[in-house]
Amino acid sequence: MRQRKYFHMLYKAAWVWAIIVLLSVHALAKDYDYISISNPFLNKTPIAVTSFKAFSGHEAEVAAGVQAERILKAGLDFTGYLKIMDPIAFLSNPAESGIQLGQINFKDWTGIGAELLVTGGVEELDGQVKLQLRLMDTFNTKLLVGKIYSGPATQIRAMVHRFCAEVAKALTGNFGVFGSKIAFVSTVNGDKEIYSCDFDGFNPRQITHHKSISLSPAWSHDAQWLAYVSYAKGKPDIFVKNLKKNLGAIVNYKGINISPDWMPGKLDLAATLSFSGDQEIYLLTRKGEIIKRVTKSWGSNVSPKFSPDGGKIAFTSSRSGNPQIYIQGLDSQEARRITFTGKYNTSPAWSPDGKKIAYVGIEKNKINIFVISVYPHIGNPAQLTAEQGDNEDPCWSPDGSLIVFKSNRNGGRAHLFVMTAAGTDQRRLLSMPGIQSEPDWSGDTGFSAE
Amino acid sequence: MKRQLLMNVMMAVMVAGLLTMAACSKPQVADPGDVYQGQSGETDAEKAARLEAEKAARLEAERIKAQQLNDQHRAQIVEAKSRFLNQNILFDYDSDELTDQAKGLLREKAAWLQANPSDAVMIEGHCDERGTTVYNLALGERRANAAQNYLVDLGVSARRLGTVSYGEEKPLDPASTEAAHRINRRAQFIFR
Repeated sequence: MRQRKYFHMLYKAAWVWAIIVLLSVHALAKDYDYISISNPFLNKTPIAVTSFKAFSGHEAEVAAGVQAERILKAGLDFTGYLKIMDPIAFLSNPAESGIQLGQINFKDWTGIGAELLVTGGVEELDGQVKLQLRLMDTFNTKLLVGKIYSGPATQIRAMVHRFCAEVAKALTGNFGVFGSKIAFVSTVNGDKEIYSCDFDGFNPRQITHHKSISLSPAWSHDAQWLAYVSYAKGKPDIFVKNLKKNLGAIVNYKGINISPDWMPGKLDLAATLSFSGDQEIYLLTRKGEIIKRVTKSWGSNVSPKFSPDGGKIAFTSSRSGNPQIYIQGLDSQEARRITFTGKYNTSPAWSPDGKKIAYVGIEKNKINIFVISVYPHIGNPAQLTAEQGDNEDPCWSPDGSLIVFKSNRNGGRAHLFVMTAAGTDQRRLLSMPGIQSEPDWSGDTGFSAE
Repeated sequence: MKRQLLMNVMMAVMVAGLLTMAACSKPQVADPGDVYQGQSGETDAEKAARLEAEKAARLEAERIKAQQLNDQHRAQIVEAKSRFLNQNILFDYDSDELTDQAKGLLREKAAWLQANPSDAVMIEGHCDERGTTVYNLALGERRANAAQNYLVDLGVSARRLGTVSYGEEKPLDPASTEAAHRINRRAQFIFR
């Protein structure tokens, strides 16, 4: 039941934080709540990650161990709820004294405040490696996760990320982000193309080569299909493309065909089409056949995003005179407005637990990301970014712990950033030339080789 | 005998006088005020050539004048066409409403289109970057459609007009200034 304990810790912390936020809303009667970076209720769990024991000690083996340790620390740090402790504080070295449960002197770890400990061992021969990885609860002196991975040294990153997923599962109950990918738009030679990269921004690769303007990538639930918008044929059409097989379709009705979003668990899509003369949201098959029209209103209806149970969409509508966020059941005729602060609210993103919607609000020329509770009832918006350039295109990680977004902070061009769902730990996701935008975070795509 | 001699003397005097008159009359033909040199010696052939040259000069002057008028006319046509392409319809922030100035420009464009019935145009709708990507794609289309609908109301055949939205993807000026934003919020005409 150890994993329940950690799940409970984080769960409790989140609840305490949520209560504080709601209380301060009542007490101060403000329209926004600002999340401060130094919020004490988001305590990261201190984890000690130790150097790998190299069983034979030859150079290639040691190097493999160093590489694995580096990837491990970066991966665990990426979660946002673990604090990787500085090795300078360590009192013992399992690489020398032993990496197995029975060989650990746990007082050395609890004494310095490490609640979790990871040890590793590596064997290498002719480019093949075998990694042993163990996650231990120091206060209860228990082994939480013990795994062995074998394969070519080129697979070290995938192996370590598999282990990180097991750690996430043990601590939170779900596998986290380690098997996921992020699709996004980047400029190259003045054109906009669709790219994808690993969850941590590594290994970006170009997916489209239209040499045109390509926008708004959207992963299907199984990450086998990508829908996106492209001007390849002279106007905005939706391209639906299978990533492994040579299959696809183009949705190119008269007018605009924009903002595709896949239904959870199915290969149907929601999108905005304007062939009728109005900009409305429709349900489509992946081949572009219209299943039904969902919205019927004056103004623009764009950016549909399915709720995780697939029964509702959140979307942007200008039916009230300026853009605001609405929610509508797929079988309902009525849309319910959920944003009432500010004159420009767009780009909704539904959290994977179905309880919150992140969106973009523009006020006084500043573009920022907000989060609003929608379950059990509509709450007050909380502002996640402030005083750091323009911030748009929020998208949740598949486990709901992180949000990836676009920002042009630090006076630069727009790039991809990531932050925790609470708005903390805002940092750049990847470095590449050009301007990046419109990230979409996939579900688990597995750990296959690049 | 005396009478006959007197008559001979009178005859001689008359002849002399006539001869003198004949001799003096020649210089009187050359008028000192007359500078036209050749007149005195012009043959028929020379006169024909002179008249031909005068005619040619007149024709050349007329040709030059006609060409100047033609160039002016063509320049006006080129200028009107250039105005049609380069004067964009501007919009307020987050709006697809046509201002009075926009309507005036559209009336000019409608007139040009009526005068040039063989041209078909594409109306592009654009936005500034002060908004979000997807919403701007929709707003751009609403702007292009607003311009198109107004032209159709003015009598331009809808078949000659097409629309496409580029959202914020193709700014005229990529700077982040208010001046750049203003000219980026536009409906722009191109020939198709």
